[in-house]
Amino acid sequence: MNDGLKIELGRRYRFSASHRLHSSKLSEEENRRVYGKCNNPHGHGHNYVVEVSVSGTVDPATGMIANLADLDGFVEREVIEPFDHKSLNEDVAKFRESVPTTENVCKEIFERLKHFPKAKLERVRVEETGNNTFEYAGEEV
Amino acid sequence: MVYLTRKLEFSASHLYHNPALSAEENKRIFGKCNNPHGHGHNYTLEVTVAGEPDPVTGMVLDLKELKEILEREITQRMDHRFLNYEVAELKGQIPTCENIARVIWNLLEPKINKGRLHKVRLYETPDLYADCYRNGAHGA
Repeated sequence: MNDGLKIELGRRYRFSASHRLHSSKLSEEENRRVYGKCNNPHGHGHNYVVEVSVSGTVDPATGMIANLADLDGFVEREVIEPFDHKSLNEDVAKFRESVPTTENVCKEIFERLKHFPKAKLERVRVEETGNNTFEYAGEEV
Repeated sequence: MVYLTRKLEFSASHLYHNPALSAEENKRIFGKCNNPHGHGHNYTLEVTVAGEPDPVTGMVLDLKELKEILEREITQRMDHRFLNYEVAELKGQIPTCENIARVIWNLLEPKINKGRLHKVRLYETPDLYADCYRNGAHGA
């Protein structure tokens, strides 16, 4: 339907994971100063909420941009399964080399989801807690 | 530019079924949403209007006026209704979040004369929503 309107579908998912903010590029003292209690060597955890937005043509036969079962399955496989009840530092390869701040978690989730074959990924929003939210829509081309 | 958002809730039932498809295909594509007797949701609608505040009133548009438009156009039409059978604008469409959001946009856009309709967000559940806005619109 070409009526000049854009439709996006938004879906929220949840996972719980632990992390520790610690940069190998900083001294022990600087790490403590920069990250405060998030630098606690044993880590700590959050209940993360991930909001995924996709856009595309609404199929007149189904009324859908993408079948939710397909989107849910893809997000489950690419993000929830590898992140849920894991240590982000230890269990997610990306965070062996970068600090699992929620900025970086948000970008990593975007990278994992941007190949969703059924619709265009518009953005990823991650709530680390109800008070901290991060959003990433890819780099401007 | 200021973006003003008003929220409202309505409760309605629907089912997903495309008569052009076989019973089996309907089941496969729509899953439990294909239950012939329908099922319901508490929908939450967020309507965002963009505009400059009037220098005299300080308002983009009077919220009372917006509330009345929403009551007349949306609540009276959709609240406690079976969307497939009772909302003419959805006739021949599958009443998904995507399609309802577009219908709501088309109902509201001509009625909002102060500021302009910027975005319609319709939550079917707290974890599933559709946004509708003009191509190329940004912000809020």
